[in-house]
Amino acid sequence: MNKILIGLLLGTLLGAIDGGTAWFTPAVRERIAFIIVGSSTKGLIAGVAAGIFARKVNSVPLGILFGLAVGFVLAFLVAYMQHGYYLEVILPGSIVGMIVGFATQRFGTPSTSAAPAR
Amino acid sequence: MKSLSDKALERLRAGTEEPDLAGTRYRLLERVARGGMGVVYAAEDEKLERRIALKVLDVPGTDSDLANRLMREARVLARLEHPGIVPVHDVGTLADGRVFYTMKFVEGQRLDKFIETVDSVQDRLRVFSRICDAVAFAHARGVLHRDLKPANIMVGPFGEVLVMDWGLAKILRGESPESAPAGDPDATIYEKPKQPSEGNGDTKSSVITGHGTVMGTPGYMSPEQARGEVELLDARSDIFSLGALLRFILTQRMPSGLAPRLDRSLEAICAKACAEQRGSRYSAVQDFGLDISRYLDGQAVGALRESIFDKAGRFYRRYRFFILLILAYLAMRVILVLFLKR
Repeated sequence: MNKILIGLLLGTLLGAIDGGTAWFTPAVRERIAFIIVGSSTKGLIAGVAAGIFARKVNSVPLGILFGLAVGFVLAFLVAYMQHGYYLEVILPGSIVGMIVGFATQRFGTPSTSAAPAR
Repeated sequence: MKSLSDKALERLRAGTEEPDLAGTRYRLLERVARGGMGVVYAAEDEKLERRIALKVLDVPGTDSDLANRLMREARVLARLEHPGIVPVHDVGTLADGRVFYTMKFVEGQRLDKFIETVDSVQDRLRVFSRICDAVAFAHARGVLHRDLKPANIMVGPFGEVLVMDWGLAKILRGESPESAPAGDPDATIYEKPKQPSEGNGDTKSSVITGHGTVMGTPGYMSPEQARGEVELLDARSDIFSLGALLRFILTQRMPSGLAPRLDRSLEAICAKACAEQRGSRYSAVQDFGLDISRYLDGQAVGALRESIFDKAGRFYRRYRFFILLILAYLAMRVILVLFLKR
């Protein structure tokens, strides 16, 4: 399995779990389906980005940092659009980014592209 | 009259056994081991300035059965050019009339010693896969080894695996008429004279009965080989030996001894390879090797019909990291929810 696919699958799955926990917040419970889809998409984007980064850069700390940054930015945008729930959205979103950043560095087949021999 | 000590007698015996390398390009260095038909020495090829192994027959003469068999062993090795099979360099007769051949000097450890240093089952299986590759190649060239056991496998310093001692090999097909002794109905059976085996310390040495009725090593030879049913021997006989070898590699116990229980898939693989009925074994070494590769990749092996629990266990082992990661995330999320609700 390549790194981008790992990032995509793991990011989507963790994003869905992340969105599902909105059920514990009664104020947004009626919008749970929309939140799950949105959160999964957010996780998917973060996962693919972390996977692409992992193919270019081989470093676990940098991968975690990159995942954290992407997760944070995406979660911040979502929270900003909702005008609230900053902590509830940004904290788990950033952690999902960190996890996919780490997983894509540790697992998956790296890029096979190499400089052509002359 | 003063009698000689055992040590002195041993030195004298070794001195008289030493091959006369006059007129050859080789210089004797040291005695390495005693094989089935003769003695293996370390020698130096003075032309190429490299260390080689020299196998010399015990008795002089070029037309004896043993001489023919040593020559056949050399020819078998010569047709098996593979990284997992020790290459033969030269063959000939020494000034003292003894037949010899030279081959690559393999520096490394015998498999049984090497395995003691390897803890990971995966690493052991990778070594075993390389043995399978070499044996599969020999089978593809129509050669059966017939004496596969830990003492006949060497692992080099760079992890290279070499299958040694093809003295009991049987050529299944493609054998030229001149290479088989005419009129000998047991042409493909090699007698392996009983010797105090230096190289087979841990395993029982090859069993010998009457002339031409050679079997192999107890615990490693297939039932049909043990019964002397030479006409029935085919790749599945070596597969039985490989199965016993696999069990040894995984448990470090002799096949006949009590061994700790293996993982269900590995147990099934060993059981299939070592089935009493040869029809129940793997039909080719490649299939055996494929099951090992599948196991290493966390896939279902052909030798085991899996239950739902086996499948779940294999899924968990294969994706353990991700499953634990997701569970850890879930736990963290629950804690976060509880924290934010306060």
